[in-house]
Amino acid sequence: MYHSLITMIIVVKYFASISDALGKTSETIDVQQVKTAGEIWSDVSKNIKYTGKVMAAVNHEYVDLNHPLKNNDELAFFPPVTGG
Amino acid sequence: MYIEIINEEFDPWQKLVEYKKSQLKDKNNIGACSVFLGTMRDINSGEDIKTMELQHYPDMTESYLEKIIESATKKYKIIDSIVLHRVGVVNPSDPIVLVASWSEHREEAFEATRQIMESLKSEAPFWKKESTDKGFRWVEPEVKISEDVNEA
Repeated sequence: MYHSLITMIIVVKYFASISDALGKTSETIDVQQVKTAGEIWSDVSKNIKYTGKVMAAVNHEYVDLNHPLKNNDELAFFPPVTGG
Repeated sequence: MYIEIINEEFDPWQKLVEYKKSQLKDKNNIGACSVFLGTMRDINSGEDIKTMELQHYPDMTESYLEKIIESATKKYKIIDSIVLHRVGVVNPSDPIVLVASWSEHREEAFEATRQIMESLKSEAPFWKKESTDKGFRWVEPEVKISEDVNEA
């Protein structure tokens, strides 16, 4: 089967306990195939122990983890919010 | 509508008076103003809290606060609403969040302020990190996460 080669650049931001667990607040990643937010979470979190609930946002809108990313998207991962 | 994310201690009552005088001075149909002020407690889950750090997601925070106010404005007959929220390090008794709504009658003001505050708690991307004698800990959410945040 023929697969066209794609390269996408995704800016990933991390907040609160997820940022603490990863030891960083953001990074830019290159992906070579269409991936969902959940697949990217699996990639970036493979070396950490984070068992809490993960929320995702793309371009400042909440999304499900099965949301597919597009080139130049800003993706964010964070725990449930606790403001107010 | 007015939204402000504040990185230093603020006087909510002074902010209210200033906003009323500058932005609502000609709104003579206002008959009610409902205000909610959230302040920092020095105890949580049975432990003394020394300070608390409030983190947020810039841009997404403002965007969601706008959506939250717009949603309340559509549902209730509101003349105006404001949300001010602290970020950074806060101390016990410091103001954290101010929500105010103005309307012709009390019911709309009460309901809009409550809806804005409840939506803020479940949707606006803020996080609290408490400092106790044992170290730091992230605060767990106290309410169910809304299933329809995309419709807010």
